[in-house]
Amino acid sequence: MANTGWNEFEIGAMLRSFDGKIDDIAGTLQEDRAYSQNNSFVASVADWRIEKPVFNKDFCIDCQFCWIYCPDISIIARDKKMIGVDMDHCKGCGICVEVCPTNPKSLLMFPEHADEETELAKWPAKDEEKK
Amino acid sequence: MAFDKMELRDIEVWDGNHAAAQAMRQCQIDVVAAYPITPSTPIVEGYAKFLADNYVEGEYVLVESEHAAMSGCIGAAAAGGRVATATSSQGFALMCETLYQASGMRLPIILNVVNRALAAPLNVNGDHSDMYLGRDSGWIQFDAYCPQDAYDLNFIAFKVAEDHDVRLPAMVHQDGFMTSHTAQGVHTLTDDQGYDFVGNFKPMNDMLDFEHPVTHGVQTEEDWHFEHKARQHNDLMTKVIPKIEQAFADFEKLSGRKYNLVEKYNVDDADVVVICMGTSVETAREVAGEMREKGIKAGVLGIRVIRPFPFMQIAEALKDVKAIATLDRSSPNGAAGMLFNEIAGCLFNTDTKALLSGYVYGLGGRDLTKAHLVDLYNELQANVDAGKVTTPLQQFIGVRGPKLSFL
Repeated sequence: MANTGWNEFEIGAMLRSFDGKIDDIAGTLQEDRAYSQNNSFVASVADWRIEKPVFNKDFCIDCQFCWIYCPDISIIARDKKMIGVDMDHCKGCGICVEVCPTNPKSLLMFPEHADEETELAKWPAKDEEKK
Repeated sequence: MAFDKMELRDIEVWDGNHAAAQAMRQCQIDVVAAYPITPSTPIVEGYAKFLADNYVEGEYVLVESEHAAMSGCIGAAAAGGRVATATSSQGFALMCETLYQASGMRLPIILNVVNRALAAPLNVNGDHSDMYLGRDSGWIQFDAYCPQDAYDLNFIAFKVAEDHDVRLPAMVHQDGFMTSHTAQGVHTLTDDQGYDFVGNFKPMNDMLDFEHPVTHGVQTEEDWHFEHKARQHNDLMTKVIPKIEQAFADFEKLSGRKYNLVEKYNVDDADVVVICMGTSVETAREVAGEMREKGIKAGVLGIRVIRPFPFMQIAEALKDVKAIATLDRSSPNGAAGMLFNEIAGCLFNTDTKALLSGYVYGLGGRDLTKAHLVDLYNELQANVDAGKVTTPLQQFIGVRGPKLSFL
């Protein structure tokens, strides 16, 4: 792709989202879609992030607030169960943490270089004063 | 079909605007997004009336500016429709950003440009300033000299632009008021003839193809932009002219009317030739005929296709000419004039050592009279007789005050 000459691509400032014909794309999970090389789904923008969310499934109630609010469709949920965060596309905005209703929160922001296991091990306890 | 056909007489008395609107009706444009401006207003007004009267199946989108008009056309064309609009002057200038989008996105939009001067000072009359403003925008540019041309060239423009080997937008130019508001006899095509000539629209990479989703209008930086522009230029330089020639030939078979990349009038044996565009071509032809009676071997070369510029065809047409005048109807504002420069470029590496002089005329709708052209041909003949250009290389025709000339 990077070495493609002027005569080797489709004309027009256009890119195809998928390789070949698609059928029932809304009913196809992302991992099963034939995304083209040009689709932003295959590009990682992880390096845009300074802070990252860490997900602690012990406290998650699968309310799906984070899934609804995430502006980058980076909350991965399957069968209405929260699975984790798409770290290739999450930009670290922290909205998922902000909207998480559990006590303690099931998502917290940490510096990008923080070790996930370490942070999970010292996760804050329930705040008894908070209703 | 859901719309009504219109019975036309073989020859209708139409001005250039109505001729263009009728051609747009007969091509069955799907979408016209427009912000009407003098003197092109009756074109989009005409389409809107045909639509309201059920002679077209389409959409007329009245927008808030010419920038929005061309943007609407781009969206509709990317979606997969046959799209056209019209504009002039200030409106054309406001469209400029989006003109480059349309051509870079390879969308076959047809823009009728009724040529008009650019402010300041504000002026609604015809000159070629707006036409010149569009010449690097990557569009195909056809030039009509009269209402008949404006009618015919719309069909030809659609046929060429929509060809999948071309897929570039095209402008059909006509002179403001001189063509757009001057009623003349126009030989018509029937609705079926006109539509069959352009054929059904064949979509390409259209957004309404839901099985093959595309993103239009993408961003590329230094890693890709150059390749896209090179591809577009390559297609303009190599693919468009053969397709135009084919469309001209097909149109001649249909109508009997023959168009050429460059319109030669008494050029083949001419000593002196005037090169111009628009309505001036017809005036120059009349004067050239009269100069022949006076013993001056005069000819006229009209540019029919401005972009892609018919470089080789012009060099060939002028190979035996001795003196040439280029007539630019747009202020070069600090240079020699577009036609002067282009023609010089065509001839510089050839054996033709014709004497080339440039003229600026007709700004803001100032008349170019037959008397002006008689003087011009006499000047060219004097150059031939002297074996050199006897005047400055750039002169102004018809401007008041002390004689204005440069270079």
